[in-house]
Amino acid sequence: MQFLRESFIVFRRQLRMNLRNPAWVLIGLMQPILYLFLFGPLLKPMAEQLGVQNTWTFFVPGMLVQLGMFGAFFAGFGLISEWRDGVIEAERVTPASRTALLMGRLWRDLLQLLVQALVLVGLGYWVGMDAPLGGVVLGVLLTLLVGGACAAASNALALTTKSEDVMAPVINVVMMPVLLLSGILLPMTIGPDWLQRTSDFMPFRWITDGVRGSFLGDFGANGVMWGSVWAVVLFAIALWWGTATFRKENA
Amino acid sequence: MIHARGLVQTFQTREGRKKGEVRAVDGVDLDVAEGEVVGFLGPNGAGKTTTLRMLTTLLRPTAGTATVAGFDVVKESEQVRRSIGYVSQSGATGQFARAGDEVVDHGMLYGMSAADARRRGQELFGQLDLEGLWGRQPKTMSGGQRRRLDIVMGLIHEPTLVFLDEPTTGLDPQARANLWTHIADLRKRRGATVFLTTHYLDEADALSDRIIIIDHGKIIAADTSDNLKAQVSGDLVDLEVADPDLVAEAAKRLDSIAETDSDGRDAVEIDGNHVRARVQRAGKAVPGLLADLRAADIDLESIEVLRPTLDDVFLTLTGRSLRDAESSAPADPTSKEK
Repeated sequence: MQFLRESFIVFRRQLRMNLRNPAWVLIGLMQPILYLFLFGPLLKPMAEQLGVQNTWTFFVPGMLVQLGMFGAFFAGFGLISEWRDGVIEAERVTPASRTALLMGRLWRDLLQLLVQALVLVGLGYWVGMDAPLGGVVLGVLLTLLVGGACAAASNALALTTKSEDVMAPVINVVMMPVLLLSGILLPMTIGPDWLQRTSDFMPFRWITDGVRGSFLGDFGANGVMWGSVWAVVLFAIALWWGTATFRKENA
Repeated sequence: MIHARGLVQTFQTREGRKKGEVRAVDGVDLDVAEGEVVGFLGPNGAGKTTTLRMLTTLLRPTAGTATVAGFDVVKESEQVRRSIGYVSQSGATGQFARAGDEVVDHGMLYGMSAADARRRGQELFGQLDLEGLWGRQPKTMSGGQRRRLDIVMGLIHEPTLVFLDEPTTGLDPQARANLWTHIADLRKRRGATVFLTTHYLDEADALSDRIIIIDHGKIIAADTSDNLKAQVSGDLVDLEVADPDLVAEAAKRLDSIAETDSDGRDAVEIDGNHVRARVQRAGKAVPGLLADLRAADIDLESIEVLRPTLDDVFLTLTGRSLRDAESSAPADPTSKEK
């Protein structure tokens, strides 16, 4: 109870500051819209090659996972400036739970992601995506798990490095292989065998496959199961890492 | 209120391939009684902030123990946090947040209700001359206002022990003097115990009952300002002689009441028309000296008697002046670059 209350105080503070900056809200909403309208049409002529019937049903899940990962990767940058202002230290001298300090921030990131995901899915249906509601709900849930994992990891990284100059290259180094090997934009199945085998080692590819499968209503498929397993595992690891960083005495 | 024994903090450093260990705090013993205002003085990098961060539970001691407000800083850190207020060097509020919101949220993290936190916060805004700034963003406030806002944050839950880390660093003299009155009020108005770090001698002198001096991670002195100054042998007497030909003669007279230094050398210093020496209890000795000089027909342009300063104390204890120590000290590994 007390933990939830403390998380909520932190969450409310974060949300208040974000909403006060309309540019932030706008960019957050524009992102999915731009991807959908500027990249989505490129896939249409390739439908046959990709082996899909409806390119939107294929494309929207990929966008969802990308939103979940990439938006959240940058969550930590805000934390660095908060740390520099002394806010983190001020919160850490209060008796509030250290995990709540992280959790409140994660809730903010997840709320942002949820709103973006709803906009994206809504627009997807509007342009002709064909997906069962249950599959969409599961897909969005998996996305939130991935986003939570990335946001927690980003916060942990921020509090460890305490410097944008160190953090930016690290995130770039992580993002490149994730983007190229997870099949977000194009499916890995159209690539050569060795590339497919390489992408087997990329947890995010399994998750992307899982979200796609769930949008197709293919719940029994292996894809959905492995995607869900990976999403839960990543979320648990990142949460543990983030909490450990916030708990660490010298952060 | 504070009892620390053998506090140690070591940091791992790395220079190229060479790994090293810095003992930022090296066996610190501290005792602060209830209601005391204690100044924790030392050059930058001496270990002040590191000690403070251990006492406020932000940093786990490498070795040693400390109880703060009756609770162990490691085993009962939550109770310690509940009982203390901490005003850090780096501020406590988001640049773009609103001052009042920050204060209320901070109070709520201490378990206060929103209404209580707001009432208490507004009361503190009044006491610390921040009326009308409740809705302002900290980035639009002056340095002095921001420091006072940090103090409001530190006092929101009415702690009985307040830690202030370099409260006036970076403030202009007027804002500094103003903040001093507010710090003095902490005890006067609410009977709080105050532990403040500073590298300004005048600040430690003006605000604290007792001064603890730290250098290279070790406590080198702890006493009242007056007692510390008494360790410096004598007051400085400075005579300006009117007739240059009589300077040597005046020096001889001054020598008769002056301290000899530890080597038994003559401690009188001649500098142009000026003759200086340390004299024990100058207030008592000087009238005799003046009579002596008059009898010898030596006229003076001026006479000055200077009580020892804390800088003299530091010089006596370490052989360095505090200003030299500042420039040669390594950066405090826990302090944040600004």
